Amino acid sequence: MPEIREGIEPYLEAFARLREEPSDGNGWLARRREEAMARFAARGFPTTREEAWRYTSLQALVRSRFELRPAPRPEALTPALFEQLTFEPWDCTHLVFLNGRFAPGLSRIAKLPPGVRLTSLARAIRDDRDFVEEHLGRAADGSERSLTDLNLAFTTDGMFLHVPRGTVLQDPIHALFVSMSDGAAAMSHPHNLIVVEEGSQATVVESYAGIGPAAYLTNAVTEVVAHSNAVVDHYRLEREQTSAFHLSLVEARLDRSAVFSSQAIALGGRLVRQDVRVVLDGEGAECTLNGLSVLDGDQHVDNHTFIDHARPHGTSRELYKGVLDGRSRGVFDGTIVVRPEAQKSDARQVNRNLLLSEEALADSKPTLQIEADDVKCSHAATIGQLEEDALFYLQSRGLGEETARSLLVNAFVSDIVGRIRIEPVRAGLECLLFTRLPRHHGATRVGA
Amino acid sequence: MLEIRNLRARAGGKEILNGIDLTVRAGEVHAIMGPNGSGKSTLAHVLAGRESVEVTGGEVLYEGKNLLDLGPEMRAREGIFLAFQYPVEIPGVSNMYLLKAALNAIRKHRGQPELDAIEFLAMVKERMKLVEIDQGLLNRAVNEGFSGGEKKRNEIFQMAVLDPRLAILDETDSGLDIDALRVVAGGVNALRGPGRAMIVITHYQRLLNHIVPDRVHVLAQGRIVTTGGRELALRLEEKGYAGIGNDTHGAAAPAGVS
Repeated sequence: MPEIREGIEPYLEAFARLREEPSDGNGWLARRREEAMARFAARGFPTTREEAWRYTSLQALVRSRFELRPAPRPEALTPALFEQLTFEPWDCTHLVFLNGRFAPGLSRIAKLPPGVRLTSLARAIRDDRDFVEEHLGRAADGSERSLTDLNLAFTTDGMFLHVPRGTVLQDPIHALFVSMSDGAAAMSHPHNLIVVEEGSQATVVESYAGIGPAAYLTNAVTEVVAHSNAVVDHYRLEREQTSAFHLSLVEARLDRSAVFSSQAIALGGRLVRQDVRVVLDGEGAECTLNGLSVLDGDQHVDNHTFIDHARPHGTSRELYKGVLDGRSRGVFDGTIVVRPEAQKSDARQVNRNLLLSEEALADSKPTLQIEADDVKCSHAATIGQLEEDALFYLQSRGLGEETARSLLVNAFVSDIVGRIRIEPVRAGLECLLFTRLPRHHGATRVGA
Repeated sequence: MLEIRNLRARAGGKEILNGIDLTVRAGEVHAIMGPNGSGKSTLAHVLAGRESVEVTGGEVLYEGKNLLDLGPEMRAREGIFLAFQYPVEIPGVSNMYLLKAALNAIRKHRGQPELDAIEFLAMVKERMKLVEIDQGLLNRAVNEGFSGGEKKRNEIFQMAVLDPRLAILDETDSGLDIDALRVVAGGVNALRGPGRAMIVITHYQRLLNHIVPDRVHVLAQGRIVTTGGRELALRLEEKGYAGIGNDTHGAAAPAGVS
């Protein structure tokens, strides 16, 4: 019997209880879960001894105990909160999940084009078995990351979207994940599966939030398969409670000439680790990865991106920004790999960090690994404070110091916010930033 | 309007201003000339309220108030405007947004109602003519990617909109070709008036052919070493700063500089 890795007993116990639940005749799923759990048990949680985790310790998570909890009563989600979390008045499809379980009573599915399948993963596992079996855990197979295995071991629900060939989804789809610890600390392992067939188009927004002050864990995985010429725009808004642990992976596989964009906004959470991995697995595929973290207090947000240029003529554009106040820490670790076959690849990566306090900390680690000889690749990283020159210039025009600082911070984030093409989400985010950023400044006067 | 008495200041650990005395009355245009490193820009920044310049002695009265007690934004609201030698680029903030925020902050301070978007636009359109600035520039981020000439024009344009009582032009002529210089000087001349005073800081006499000053001061090593009328600038052109400095040092001393 090998030693039990630190902190995994609660997960083994929770897994044993999950095993008792009826499997609806899905033996394949039960087997995959067992395999995933065995892999996770063998590897355990990542530690700071691993290069990919050197800036982010999961000790606080490992020492906590989380359990699978039933969904809170829907009334816990008050109408006012619901309105805020669904970006009212945003008239689109909202799929709502409570503690990782689909809540049909709170969800609203607008009319969709023929052939589009949009439902909860739990239902798709039941009704669309062969398709799910073929795709689940294929793009994200856990080989890079034991947390993916942990997710696969507990995969029960999430969003399922399949867009057939030549179909354009005009309206975005919003999947909202709300967690709440009622009694014991809750964990959820949402698994989203997005498959967009040839020449089709879809826009998906995932947002993550919580209710109440108690800690909880979200360990989410999203798999995106974009077939040739497909266009997928993916938005992720993380606004968890500041007591929450949030781990996530977005893994996208792009076929020939597919176009994928990811916008990852992190505002909440105590300890947040977000991985975005994209494989440009067909000629001429293109991806854009943007990210914004706005942090305060003791928040820690670690963004890892990995772009694999596996075929020729691929393009990747990446811009991640961090605004760090209080004692917060922001990490950006971005790797771009260009395989020998991937000639004429064009990759550009930029990471910029703005420190608003003396104690905030930013780490930036860009890595280019180029194995082809005819490519265009660049990266840039900056960590700085508000420029005294710019502050003085604005003040010398009559703007108060607070206003000037706020204006400069908003200007810093404006290029990311401006790229959000869904008007209600952009407006909602601007509103969130507006209430957060000025409050920051009162506490961080320079000098006086 | 402005009275500077024995002003001393230090920046970057060095004494830069070593006792400046200067009086400027409403309606006057004063030119301050001097070689590199004489303290011209430091004087401009002290008057505008830059914190990184430390005032170590003396006083500055502006319309009877102690200017050094006010932060930079209060000075701006009280009617002081500095046209920067090196205007700052601010990506993500549009020129129009900055101008409207600045103008309304000043108007509010003066007890005037804030302008709405339509009133503001009408005013901007009218003032634009003064400096022949392109409307396209105004919708762009503040000074971002502007040429040197465009930046200087933008400074004068901001001055025209904000309507200061005391304008300080810090080497607004440096780096301008003659056409741009004419435009900028034309804008400044149009804003001259009995209620407004200007301090024009320049390295070159050339600007004073276009903006004719009432008084010319020569600054050297943090002191005003000589003062005269416009003819002083012409003499400088002829003899250079070295000549004037030697010529006047003895004359200035009895006035009690040290």
